[in-house]
Amino acid sequence: MALAGSGKALPTHDPGKGGGGADFFTTRLETMVAWARSSSLWPLPFATACCGIEFMSVVSSHYDLSRFGAEVVRFSPRQADLLIVAGTVVDKLAPTLRKIYDQMPEPKWVISMGVCASSGGFYRAYHVTQGIDEIVPVDVYVPGCPPTPEELMYGILELQRKIRSGEKSRDRRSAAAAVS
Amino acid sequence: MSTVEAPSLAPAAEKLRERLERSSLRGRTEVRDLDLPTIEVSPADWLELARYLRDDPECRFDLFLDLAGVDNAKRRGRPTRFEAVFHLLSVSANEHVRVKVLLPDGAGPSLPTVHGVWPAANWFEREAFDLFGFDFPGHPNLRRLLCHDAFVGHPLRKDYAPGQRWFFAEEDLRMPDWASNTDERAGHFETSTISIGPSHPATHGIIHLIARLDGEKIARAETQIGYMHRCFEKMAETHTWNQVIPFCDRLNYVSAMINGVGYVRTVERMLGIEVPDRGRLVRTILSEFSRIMDHCVNIGTNLVDIGGLTNFWYLYQPREGIYGLLEACCGARLTVSYVRVGGLAIDVPDDFVARCRALLESIPAFLNDVDRLVTRNKIVRNRLAGTGIVTREQAIAYGFTGPVLRSTGVPYDVRRARPYDFYDRFDWDVAVASEGDNYARYLVRMEEMRQSLSIIRQALDVFPPSGPVDSDDWHVVLPPKDAVYHDMESLIYHFKLIMEGIRVPVGERYEWIEGANGELGFYAISEGGAGPYRLKPRPPCFPMMAAFEDIIVGSTISDAVATLGTLNIIAGELER
Repeated sequence: MALAGSGKALPTHDPGKGGGGADFFTTRLETMVAWARSSSLWPLPFATACCGIEFMSVVSSHYDLSRFGAEVVRFSPRQADLLIVAGTVVDKLAPTLRKIYDQMPEPKWVISMGVCASSGGFYRAYHVTQGIDEIVPVDVYVPGCPPTPEELMYGILELQRKIRSGEKSRDRRSAAAAVS
Repeated sequence: MSTVEAPSLAPAAEKLRERLERSSLRGRTEVRDLDLPTIEVSPADWLELARYLRDDPECRFDLFLDLAGVDNAKRRGRPTRFEAVFHLLSVSANEHVRVKVLLPDGAGPSLPTVHGVWPAANWFEREAFDLFGFDFPGHPNLRRLLCHDAFVGHPLRKDYAPGQRWFFAEEDLRMPDWASNTDERAGHFETSTISIGPSHPATHGIIHLIARLDGEKIARAETQIGYMHRCFEKMAETHTWNQVIPFCDRLNYVSAMINGVGYVRTVERMLGIEVPDRGRLVRTILSEFSRIMDHCVNIGTNLVDIGGLTNFWYLYQPREGIYGLLEACCGARLTVSYVRVGGLAIDVPDDFVARCRALLESIPAFLNDVDRLVTRNKIVRNRLAGTGIVTREQAIAYGFTGPVLRSTGVPYDVRRARPYDFYDRFDWDVAVASEGDNYARYLVRMEEMRQSLSIIRQALDVFPPSGPVDSDDWHVVLPPKDAVYHDMESLIYHFKLIMEGIRVPVGERYEWIEGANGELGFYAISEGGAGPYRLKPRPPCFPMMAAFEDIIVGSTISDAVATLGTLNIIAGELER
């Protein structure tokens, strides 16, 4: 049986000729920049404890974070725009965390991975910072002890949604609030 | 209910008493027969006793295991408020002993330092100074170790509120005095002091190394820790016996199952209850899988640190498979909290044996890949062979156990030295190497993974398809839910356990198992309350981290990074 389509040809693309209906689209510059930013996050894993091991899972081949454009792990804060705090932060480490955050160039975002980073977790104790938002502004909190890789990936997708929707990072907002 | 007291203890204590009566310490010590032979001594005689215990040919307690401070403020029947409890091991005689130094009340707790007898005591004494305020006259570097430098008070004293924090700013961080001293140029080619960490990829987030370089070689180094001290011991004192299990899992979170097993074994021994064979086999199988996971991550990250990323992906894949098994058993991947005092949280799934066998099929392929990629790889051998050398004598003096001790030629493995669960019934070998360098540690770990696979295979062969995994002592284990609904007595047991928790008899116990890093001990004291009065883990990587600053002197920074990797430092266990 012969294959019979509707027979309506689409315009062919001739690389020699510019222009044409499929060669441009319109958008706002901010939207395009936000889209590019959201899909090329460079995370710095501030991994201190158990969550750091689960972070390894997320970037390893099985879960493969590169599917979502956030796998270029950098250990220098100057090359990163996403700080993933994975694990318990204790009071002795708190100044270090702040310093790392300050060294990251704008724009930057923070994901608090796990309950220890988010609230101190079940360490209601004499040496444990009760949530990193005592020190740095947090954009997305990922609960779990430790969160499963799926949970962290959801957190990253949620952050990407925030970036694409044009929401400013918490840092800008708090800076603006401090000025006004 | 059956008691599981080891029968050889009373003669061991008697023998020790006789020896001490013949020695120059005659009449100045008291030997008690607890779970271990226990010597009580005053601070004035401690140093002499320490030398005697190490050097006397009949004792030879050459390996310093642990120092646990104890605050007796809320304890009945103890002569002094503070005591320092030491645990020692004689590697040659395979004996443990406990020494309690009773610190007189009054002028502040103080006892002589024994770091000259056992170099391993150095950091343990600093920790006791930090957390209990014990003074160690003669200690070379008595500074805080775990708490930050702006901390006030000694948090493990009973009168310290568990939640009292102190503000710490960057300028409060105390660097070692020599770091700012630049007068050390004499005899050096060119010196510079560098600070690595605490946030540095090679230190895995939490270790702070200050090193003075002479040219390229490290002339002096000091490690600062405390960047992950999350108060395990204080938390253990404020929770019930079963609530401590999740905290234990977060000690060595790379092989969480083994920690839980070590802890509940201690409590079970104090209670004198037995876990059915099936439950113990599940623990054995999952512990050995955890050991494989631990070694995988250790070798993988170590190779990443020295520049080989590919192997990490090969080594991480078996881990994901084991995660799947753990998730099927208890719902969690990493921090499993699967054990309970008296058994397990729930029975294993129906396809447990099939899942384990599938893993036994798949894991060797990955290990073979890594073997082919790494073992004869020239670059790896150049980086690992001959670097980070620890001799047999050093390893014992520094208190090393586990793969690192075995890589120096000492075949001490708790699973063989004092078999627990079923290790004496299986046919397996203790992996030993002789060079004591980084490469030997890599080889020992690779071989241990294969031995673990063999142990698991044998355990699966005798695994009973059905049967209880929990003890049937309803004072400890929750009765089956069905019985709680239909049977008054079970309901009462359930209510008492939920509302009051387990009642562990008054006493103390040190139990030890082979963790992935070495001898993992738990020293528990019960005052009959709902939770531990004091719980001190013996973290196997703590003495290794303490010795690190000595091992790396004379090597380059890049070799120090490789050495740090093979020592396998896990922050949660190191600083608790």
